[in-house]
Amino acid sequence: MKIDRRKFIKFTGLTAIGLAGTPAARAFTGEDSLLVNEAGRQPSVENPLTAKRWAMVINLKKCIAQDGCTKCIDACHTVHNVPDFGNPKDEIKWIWKESFEHAFHEQEHEFINEALKHAPTLVFCNHCDNPPCVRVCPTQATWKREEDGIVMMDWHRCIGCRYCVVACPYGSRSFNWRDPRPFIKELHPDFPTRVRGVVEKCTFCEERLARGLMPACVEACPEKAMVFGDLEDADSEVRELLRNNYTIRRKPSLGTMPEIYYII
Amino acid sequence: MLEKALKGTKTYWTLVISIMVIMGVAFLFYLRQYHYGLGVTGLSRDVTWGFYIAQFTFLVGVAASAVMVVLPYYLHNYKAFGKITILGEFLAIASVIMCMTFIFVDMGQPFRILNVFLHPTPHSLMFWDTVALGGYLLLNIIISRVVLDAERKAIAPPGWIKPVIILSIPWAISIHTVTAFLYAGLAARPFWLTAVLAPRFLASAFSSGPALLILLCLLLRKYTRFDPGKEPIQKLALIATYAMAANVFFILMEFFTALYSDIPEHLMHFEYLFLGLDGKTNLVPWMWTSEILALIALVLLINPGTRRREGTLILACVMVFISIWIDKGMGMVVGGFIPNPLGNVTEYMPTFTELMISLGVYAMGLLLVTGLYKIALSVRGEVRA
Repeated sequence: MKIDRRKFIKFTGLTAIGLAGTPAARAFTGEDSLLVNEAGRQPSVENPLTAKRWAMVINLKKCIAQDGCTKCIDACHTVHNVPDFGNPKDEIKWIWKESFEHAFHEQEHEFINEALKHAPTLVFCNHCDNPPCVRVCPTQATWKREEDGIVMMDWHRCIGCRYCVVACPYGSRSFNWRDPRPFIKELHPDFPTRVRGVVEKCTFCEERLARGLMPACVEACPEKAMVFGDLEDADSEVRELLRNNYTIRRKPSLGTMPEIYYII
Repeated sequence: MLEKALKGTKTYWTLVISIMVIMGVAFLFYLRQYHYGLGVTGLSRDVTWGFYIAQFTFLVGVAASAVMVVLPYYLHNYKAFGKITILGEFLAIASVIMCMTFIFVDMGQPFRILNVFLHPTPHSLMFWDTVALGGYLLLNIIISRVVLDAERKAIAPPGWIKPVIILSIPWAISIHTVTAFLYAGLAARPFWLTAVLAPRFLASAFSSGPALLILLCLLLRKYTRFDPGKEPIQKLALIATYAMAANVFFILMEFFTALYSDIPEHLMHFEYLFLGLDGKTNLVPWMWTSEILALIALVLLINPGTRRREGTLILACVMVFISIWIDKGMGMVVGGFIPNPLGNVTEYMPTFTELMISLGVYAMGLLLVTGLYKIALSVRGEVRA
């Protein structure tokens, strides 16, 4: 398992090195727009973004103010070659908007503020500290990366049993019910496409972090509604936000310890 | 011994070839699924497991139920089951193979399935289910082969087989327990998150399995020289009765906990199954049919008069089988997905392709049962000339 994981990371890293220099890749990764990363270094494979525990804070107020905005979703789905089938049955999504009442249906009540009830709430993989999907996977095709807590996916090992989809309490995982390739609007050559019969989900843009880049959604948001950082670093921006705001998580009672926090 | 399945009357071969034709047609549908992907099924992002996994679950029960003849015969030396024990074991073999095939056809990447053994993962219940089912298949093949071979040579079976048989008893319990654990350990799905799931699975298995075995025995009696005798059939009927009573009891336990606690997350699944949710009622008629059949069957089985009369016993067995098939093969798996974890209601119905592939798997099981029963009866000279 260790060797496989290392191999996988090395492979994605090498792919990144191979492609990072091409103009097309630079245009889409937005390296021009984000010249320095958090550590104040040039983003590159030599300067990856690392953390002990990656987490995200989402400011729902900002999303409500910009209702109808889909920049983060578009950015994510474009760079990750997420297909668009145009029907809910085959649908694959890594990040999407759910109304607050569905994303947080334990929090909802009859007389809840109307704006909040229908608030566009961004949902995606919570990169749980105690991920049930990882527990059930019979082949370790999905696993929690110990060094930074990212719940990873190996699309070459996944047998397509969909047990992880069943076990995820957040509905964050999608299955390729058919060949996704003809339905990718604009193919991005430096990220793998998937085949029919495997499960996929958000991976906190581990391939971008390895190149020193922030996740695509975070980078795409002009309102800075999504803040990504190291939970273990007391001085990080995420910790700052958690200190100063009331934040909630989805279904904390299940003990999965989700790492996406919402400011409402 | 296998050659005995290759010699038979015209009727036998007509049956075998008809089954094979169904399998061939079903295989074409599977090729379609293989090339297109599981999108040919009615499954979706919200209902990710359906008919295949439900049939798998139901058939694990049929496989496990062999223990209901093995245990009295070998552990309690209940001689009346001497004739039918081998039939129970062969039914178990056919069922386990059907289970494995249903899992195979449900895989998105079926040819990667050996990754389960290449990367054994003890924290996954699916790994343990694979181990349990594989082991159970092996045990039953060894036991039936050795015992039948001894019978053919008219000698006592070798002594070492006894501990193997004893081992197969808890192993049978384990296959259905682990299958229940596939569901019962998931925080995401409150409908399955119930400690009574494994006991309920076992009770329903020990009722539907013997009911099926009774029907098979009576079919054999009609078309071959095999006669199980009255006593084993009645004993099987009694086992099915107690198990069915336990099964209905467990279902009522589920209702109580969900209805009285009134926790919406638990209740909504029952609401969907029995009343419908958001105007979506696909499974409602099925579930009521299942419950009503269960109650009628229970009345017919508990009443000694109707249990002893063969006509009403057959009716009760058919009802038990259909009731539990609907409960496990339609409601139990799909009901866990509706509503989904976000509270959305997406319904599911198997497609024609899905049903044809499933029919093919059942046909394969029937072919195995036919061939294996032919072997068993040939060894005993009970095949009609």
